[in-house]
Amino acid sequence: MSSISGSVTKTEAHQAAVTPIRSSLWRQALHRLRKNKLAMSGFIFIVFMLLACFAGPLFSPYADNKINPANMNAAPSLKHWLGTDMLGRDVLTRLLQAGRISLTVGIASMCISVILGSILGAVAAYYRGIVDQIIMRVADLLLTIPGLPILFIMGALLSEWKIPSEYRMYIVMLMLSFIGWPGLARLVRSQMLSIREREFMQAAIVLGLNDRRKLFNHMIPNIIPLLIVVATLSIGGAILSESVLSFFGLGVMPPTPTWGNMIDAANNLIDFEKHPWLWIPPGVAIFTTVIAINIFGDGLRDVLDPKQKK
Amino acid sequence: MSEPLLEVNHLKKYFPITSGLFNRTIGHVKAVDDISITLQQGETFGLVGESGSGKSTVGRTIIRLTDKTDGEVKFKGIDLYNVPEKELRKLRPKMQLIFQDPYSSLNPRVRVGDAIGEALINHGLAPKEEVRDRVLDVLDSCGLSSYHIDRFPHEFSGGQRQRIGIARALILDPDLIIADEPVSALDVSIQAQIINLFRKLQTTRGLTYLFISHDLSVVEHLCNRIGVMYLGTMMETASRDELFKNPLHPYTKALLSAVPIPVPRLKRERIVLKGDIPNPANPPAGCKFHTRCPFAADVCREQVPVFRHMGGDHYVACHLV
Repeated sequence: MSSISGSVTKTEAHQAAVTPIRSSLWRQALHRLRKNKLAMSGFIFIVFMLLACFAGPLFSPYADNKINPANMNAAPSLKHWLGTDMLGRDVLTRLLQAGRISLTVGIASMCISVILGSILGAVAAYYRGIVDQIIMRVADLLLTIPGLPILFIMGALLSEWKIPSEYRMYIVMLMLSFIGWPGLARLVRSQMLSIREREFMQAAIVLGLNDRRKLFNHMIPNIIPLLIVVATLSIGGAILSESVLSFFGLGVMPPTPTWGNMIDAANNLIDFEKHPWLWIPPGVAIFTTVIAINIFGDGLRDVLDPKQKK
Repeated sequence: MSEPLLEVNHLKKYFPITSGLFNRTIGHVKAVDDISITLQQGETFGLVGESGSGKSTVGRTIIRLTDKTDGEVKFKGIDLYNVPEKELRKLRPKMQLIFQDPYSSLNPRVRVGDAIGEALINHGLAPKEEVRDRVLDVLDSCGLSSYHIDRFPHEFSGGQRQRIGIARALILDPDLIIADEPVSALDVSIQAQIINLFRKLQTTRGLTYLFISHDLSVVEHLCNRIGVMYLGTMMETASRDELFKNPLHPYTKALLSAVPIPVPRLKRERIVLKGDIPNPANPPAGCKFHTRCPFAADVCREQVPVFRHMGGDHYVACHLV
């Protein structure tokens, strides 16, 4: 190897290096992701769902929540592709609007819990000692209590306090982030602690790099891939939790539709047997969306490993 | 004699052994127990010993990667354990450590060029425009090609990674390089390349090395002075030629007899040591080597031998010589 570099004069060598193929790790990862068919189909489905939910209702001829007593519980037809519900509202329009809420709640609560979790986890790992103890014991406490019962209690409180329906969506987001952050904080903290002990961090000490550089050039870039994967997967979990809450009438309240409370509205024997178009579409929507997110998240995890080459 | 570059006096590093619910300290592993080393500018000092003898800990304690328990480390006359963190950071570029494992000592998410150049930028040792040229220069002198600059560590072999590690240390133009078994993770042909690189760099840059190794033939090739460590204490130090021709300590003799020689028919008396290296948490009393020493006498079991001057620069800690 030294003979090769020796035969090239230094200026030539320098010029060759001025125009490098800077294939960044992210671009490599993207390339691998494109080749992962399963993950890509998940991704395409998520994009399709987002487009349908956010743009779809704009093209619907039926106004939001417009009641039509003349056309109740109509079976799917060319006019109403997925039929109408017991108040004569178009199910497809409501399904897409419900998707807006469900997806927004899922993504927003993921964002809040990721931000909260990573800041608290990083603070705990950085300061250690008593700060670490306090944050982590609070996180442990929240983790030991099963999430759903807490959500139920909080949801019941919200109903008791008669929180207006339009605010409930935001409160549900906060509730889900409140449940979600401890896991993320633990993850970020443990990752930070383990990276700290890696030999390249000791090399950074020996090189005399300052704390900012150690943190932003060495530690955080090693956490971000994992964080992306966990964040993606947690959107699915948040959508599920929101649906469960709304199904029990403790999350987002009608008339604001979500996939969960749409199923709840069909939660009786007659609707179950006679009007399957009321509960099958939101059920399928939850199922497929969460599956797509999980498939995509798994694909991301496979792809965001720099040691993996193909 | 001019002021030594590095002066280590009675360095001790004990790791506490904790147990139970409240992490009570129940004992200490004496990884480094009273080690003194003096290094002159341009010298190569080889530190040898079997695994677990505390060689690496010596290196890491010298550059304050782990804290000492006791003793003194002076680098260019500055007491390293007496300077505040901020100034220590400024001193660090002048003393570099080369790690044993070339796989874990490079951040997988940082490009080679950035990994090598970042300390220059961080310390403001070169203007930003110049850094890339400096990196290319140092890559060249370490036998790497200029097109390697934008690659990631996982795209390199072990030997190349070790060169990257060396380049990362060299770009700071250090006075002292502590090489912690830099070739033990590499295969033999690559070892030779790296060793020759170390030699070349010493002649071109006048580096001072503290070379930690368990491989005597590597040390023989590279070092002018050698120290033999056993269970955290120095057993013998001498110049290379003196040590190889006239080893005094039984442990050194045993080590030397284990060095393979490339002459198949030459019969040689092999001194085989019995047993394993004792537990450093509970080292033997008296001379630490007496449990395995073929010549151990009563005095060895009772008294700790003094590190005696035997003429020239030959020192040995043994009752029987």
